[in-house]
Amino acid sequence: MSRIQEWPTLLELAYEATRRALKPLRRWLKPGGRVEDLFVAGERLVKGPIFDCRMCGQCVLHETGMTCPMTCPKEMRNGPCGGVRPDGMCEVLPEMPCVWVQAWERSERMPVYGRAILEILPPVDRRLKDSSAWINEINGVGDGTPIGWRA
Amino acid sequence: MKSGSRLERVLRSGRFAVTAELNPPDTADPQAVYDRALVLASVCDAINATDASGANVHMSSVGMCALLTRAGYEPVMQVSCRDRNRIAIQGDLLGAAAMGVRNLLCLTGDGVQAGDQPESKPVFDLDSISLLRTARVLRDEGRFLSGRQLEAAPKFFLGAAANPFAPPLEFRPLRLAKKVEAGADFIQTQFCFDMKLMRRYMEAVRELGLHERVFILAGVGPLRSAKTAEWLRSRVPGVVIPDEVIHRLRRVPLEKQREEGKRLCIEIIQELQEIDGVSGVHVMAYRQEELVAEIIEESGLLPRRRSGRMPQALETEDASN
Repeated sequence: MSRIQEWPTLLELAYEATRRALKPLRRWLKPGGRVEDLFVAGERLVKGPIFDCRMCGQCVLHETGMTCPMTCPKEMRNGPCGGVRPDGMCEVLPEMPCVWVQAWERSERMPVYGRAILEILPPVDRRLKDSSAWINEINGVGDGTPIGWRA
Repeated sequence: MKSGSRLERVLRSGRFAVTAELNPPDTADPQAVYDRALVLASVCDAINATDASGANVHMSSVGMCALLTRAGYEPVMQVSCRDRNRIAIQGDLLGAAAMGVRNLLCLTGDGVQAGDQPESKPVFDLDSISLLRTARVLRDEGRFLSGRQLEAAPKFFLGAAANPFAPPLEFRPLRLAKKVEAGADFIQTQFCFDMKLMRRYMEAVRELGLHERVFILAGVGPLRSAKTAEWLRSRVPGVVIPDEVIHRLRRVPLEKQREEGKRLCIEIIQELQEIDGVSGVHVMAYRQEELVAEIIEESGLLPRRRSGRMPQALETEDASN
């Protein structure tokens, strides 16, 4: 995991700027096209080294303290499990800091999206794996919410 | 009343509730479950059937619940997300409700690496919170996650776990709020040995007003010896035991440590009863089931009911129609 993650404030601004830049282009950015292949490659290249991204295709970084919840061995998207060690390390992989301890600490330093860590996230849509989270998000398919889940 | 659950009835009546964990046997003989249930049933309001806890395989929680409901006991069915995806889980929840299971405990589950078969595939399709909400959708909306309607919705009293003692400590009460939001009606906590942390946690819970929206049962259990305590805190992730507790056990001779561990457990239960917002205790006495009755009795929590068995199985059949 990279040192850049220690600047969550900067990262959330980068997220916000990218979202605003891409939104007007949504007519050209559709899932399934050749443009998506480019995006997938780009996301792998950028989010891979920074966030240890697992390409779930439904990025929620801004809601989880700019810390990827898919790197949690239990892929927990709604907060830490009860097994976190007293020193803040992972229950499953003792040599790895708990993703959610980091996520919580970083979200407290995020003025724009910091409170989003309190939101309940739906289960992952496994079909979106290895697709472009950006294209999914600006087209509104990134939330992967099952029909029955919606209130 | 959402569920027809006996546990819910006790909690709503304002009585201090008692639940206990039934350690699943490694056998195909149903008698092993009945024997253990008999010891627990007369002293508690509901019996937790664990779901391969610690990622060690044992008789399944759904199987134990089938036996327990058949014999008229009131189980809390523990459901973990480690071994089954959302299709299997939703099916199991319907099946459980049909058998008369009225209480669920929705858990993420321990990682497979913790158990006796670390080479298996971890599933984790849902997490504890999305599982809670899924169960609530089944109950309140009468439909699957897919949106498909059920002919009859299951009635559940929905439970979740909480660990007030693990980092990030400031996030823990907020995570509880998330679980309440997702549908939790009751909470069973991790082992409570650190009363200072527990009080601080409950203070935050009360500030958020959560004690009025969810019943909190604090996890307790007897420590067999100082060595067991050391083992628990170093090997079982999430269990926090302060040094004072271990010193206290060490101060007495080995043959008296078991008695001291029991006394400590009783003291903790009595202290917990004084905390505003704690509605009951959940006793986890791994391989010491025979102590549970003594602990409950000596804590002054008896009688719980006239007989250990109840005609619940017949009652619940009516309730589901």
